[in-house]
Amino acid sequence: MGTKSSTWIEQALSIFQKDIKSELRTRYALNAIVMFAVVTLAVVGFSVGQFSLSPKVSSSLFWVVIFFSSMSGLAQVFIKEEEAKTVNLLKLVASPSNIFLGKFFFNWALLLFLEIIIVPLFILLLGLNLENFWLFICVLVLGSLGLVCATTIIAAMVSKAHIKGALFAVLSFPILLPLLIVCIDGTYLSIQGKSFSEGVSDLKVLVSFSVVMLILSLLLFDLVWKE
Amino acid sequence: MIFKTFSGVLISLVIILVFVSPPPQTQLGEISRIFYFHVPAAWVCVLAFFVSLINSIGYLKNRAYIYDLRAVSAARLGFLFSVLALISGSFFARYTWGSFWNWDPRETSILVLLLIYGAYFALRSAVDIEERKATLSAVYSILSFATVPFLVFLVPWVFPSLHPKDSIINSQFKFQIPFPRLILFLFSLLGFSLIFIWMHRMEISIFKLIRRKEEGYFGQV
Repeated sequence: MGTKSSTWIEQALSIFQKDIKSELRTRYALNAIVMFAVVTLAVVGFSVGQFSLSPKVSSSLFWVVIFFSSMSGLAQVFIKEEEAKTVNLLKLVASPSNIFLGKFFFNWALLLFLEIIIVPLFILLLGLNLENFWLFICVLVLGSLGLVCATTIIAAMVSKAHIKGALFAVLSFPILLPLLIVCIDGTYLSIQGKSFSEGVSDLKVLVSFSVVMLILSLLLFDLVWKE
Repeated sequence: MIFKTFSGVLISLVIILVFVSPPPQTQLGEISRIFYFHVPAAWVCVLAFFVSLINSIGYLKNRAYIYDLRAVSAARLGFLFSVLALISGSFFARYTWGSFWNWDPRETSILVLLLIYGAYFALRSAVDIEERKATLSAVYSILSFATVPFLVFLVPWVFPSLHPKDSIINSQFKFQIPFPRLILFLFSLLGFSLIFIWMHRMEISIFKLIRRKEEGYFGQV
C-alpha cells in the first residue's frame, strides 16, 4: 500500500491490485457475476429455442443480461470492505478519490472480464451475427465504462445501507436508462452492419455520459465515504 | 391563512371555469379539458424534483436537518403528482391514441421520474441512521438529476412523440393558445403550484411534530 508521498495514480493502482488479489483468493464477485450471466443467458436461450431473434430484440436481450449480471456483482467491491470491517483501515491509508478510482478500475476490469466470457456464448447460443464487429467492441467497452462510472458510487451508497437486497439494481436503473438506450441502439447498428460514421453519435453520448458521471462521482464520493 | 384561502378560491374557480368556459376543441372534443389539469400536474412534479434537488444540495452544504425535511417532503409530493400526471395522461392516451401506454418520450420521462422517486424512498427506508439517510439520499438526488439532460435529448430520438408539438409554446417562443384559454391555463398552473407550496409546508410541519413527539422534547429542527 502506498504511503502519503505516493502519487494518486500509485495509490489507486495499489487499491486496484489489492482488490484483484483478494478477489482471486475468494472469487466471490467473479463467481456471482459470471454465473448470473450464464444462468440468465441459458434462460433466454431456452425460452427463445429455435426461433431466430430480430436484431432489435437480440441487442436488447444482450444488454438486459449485462445489466442484471453486473447488478449482481458490482456492489461487492464496497460491501466486502464493510463486512470484513476493513473500511476504517482503508480510510487511513488512502484518500477518498484514490479509493474510488481503485474500486472503479477493479469494477471495470470485472465487467470487461464478464463480457469476454458472455459475448462468445451469446454469439453461439443465440446466433448473434455481428456485421460490424469493431463498432460492437467500441460500444461494449465504452458502455461498460459508463455503467461502471455511474454505479461505483451507488455501490458505495448501498454498502452503507442497513438492508442491501435489491437496492443496487433499484438505485442504478433510473440512472443507467440513458446509457442502456444508447448501448442497445449501438449494438443494433453493429448487428445491422452499419458503418462507423453512423455509430459515432452513440459513442459520443457514451463518452459524455461517462465523463459527467465520473466527475460527479469524484465530487460526491467524499461525502458518501465519510458517512 | 390568507394564502390558504386565496389558493383554495383560485383552484375552485379554475375547476369551474375549465368545465364551463372554453368551448370543446374541434378535433378532440370534451376530452381536451384534461389539458388544464394534466399539464399543471406534470409541471408540479418537475417543480417538486427541483425543490428536492436544491434542498439536497443545501443539506450537503449546511448539514441542517430542516433541508433534509424539505427535500423529503418535496419528493413525496413529487411522487404523488407524477402518479396523478401519469394516470390522467394515460386516460387521455386511451381515448385519443388508442392505448393506455405508448412509450411516448414524455410518458417515458415521467415514468423515469417516478422510478427515481421510488428509488429515493427505497434508499431512505434501507438506511437506519438519520444523518446517513439524509446524506445518501441527497447524493442520490444529485446523481439522478445528472441523467435528466441525457433523457431529454435521447428519449425523443429513440421513440417518436405522440404529444402535440408546439401546443403551448412554439419554436419561436410564442404562445399558441388563444388568449382567454391561455389565461385560464396560467391560472391553473399558478393554482397547482400554490397547492404544492401549501401541501409542502403542511408536510414539513407534520414531520416536525412527529419528530418532537418521538424525541419527547422541543428538539432543534
